[in-house]
Amino acid sequence: MDIPYTVEIRRDTGLTNGKIGIWLFLASEVMLFGALFASYILIRTGAPSWPHGSTILNVPLATFNTIVLIGSSVTMVMAWASLMRKDFGKFRLYMGATILLGFVFLIVKYFEYSAKFEHHLYPSTNNFLAIYFTLTGLHMLHVAGGMAVNAYFWGPGAKQWKTNPVWFTNRVEHSGLFWHFVDLVWIFLFPTLYLL
Amino acid sequence: MSSEHAIDVDDQHAVDTHHVDIDKQVKIYITVFTALMALTLITVAISYLHLPTGAAVTVALFVALVKGSLVACYFMHLIAEKKLIYAVLAITVAFFIVLLALPVLTVSDGYWIPEEHPAATAPATGGH
Repeated sequence: MDIPYTVEIRRDTGLTNGKIGIWLFLASEVMLFGALFASYILIRTGAPSWPHGSTILNVPLATFNTIVLIGSSVTMVMAWASLMRKDFGKFRLYMGATILLGFVFLIVKYFEYSAKFEHHLYPSTNNFLAIYFTLTGLHMLHVAGGMAVNAYFWGPGAKQWKTNPVWFTNRVEHSGLFWHFVDLVWIFLFPTLYLL
Repeated sequence: MSSEHAIDVDDQHAVDTHHVDIDKQVKIYITVFTALMALTLITVAISYLHLPTGAAVTVALFVALVKGSLVACYFMHLIAEKKLIYAVLAITVAFFIVLLALPVLTVSDGYWIPEEHPAATAPATGGH
């Protein structure tokens, strides 16, 4: 039995099931990160003193990572736009660039984490580092998850372009929505943890 | 490709069959990307001004809000979405605000929490 409304619009919602599904998922993600941001506010405002992020964390590296992630959002949306133009070659190029930029982001985070551990700064060291590692760790998991999905569409999943290009285009758009959400979360994490 | 399929892709994003040029959208993406880069540099530059905490938080979150709005509106196509998506997001935003308001209320010394009587916090002795 075929999955219903993958390419056809539902009359009642005006959307495909995949589109409403990914937005509902993102709504749950907002609450997940929202709970952690609320925890951050609670811990920070309740602390007698709180370090400025830049005194512990590497701001230039994080700025570089912000640029990388924003860049990956552009390549992601360009990958989708390429499919809309029916240019599969360009899609492969932009999607590959998105995955590559995701890797760059994770590698930079690896160096950031390594530097902290070398200085014996762990999540258990203090509240600032506890919330820093929790928020950025969860965010990194999302980056890795998004990369896995994008890699699937770049690789084995791309054969669907030949059999059902509209469905494939919709799936890439949904994957892109998740990727942009991950970028959006970082846009708030960066100033919150590093600059304040 | 069936016409039904064509309607799906085109209707959702108002491109192609509705004669809205995808090239125009791509130009918007590039403009948004440039704006995001500039705002990122502005955010970092402002942090070096060493503003008082309240002002620093306000400015940093305002710039982040502008950046987030650009991503949501243009990259996530929220600027032209269906009503149901807006409804889902409106509910999400409402709950998100409540979630963030909880610690703020706590900070304001928990005025809505009845002050505990010292006897109530004393260890129970033999009671149920």
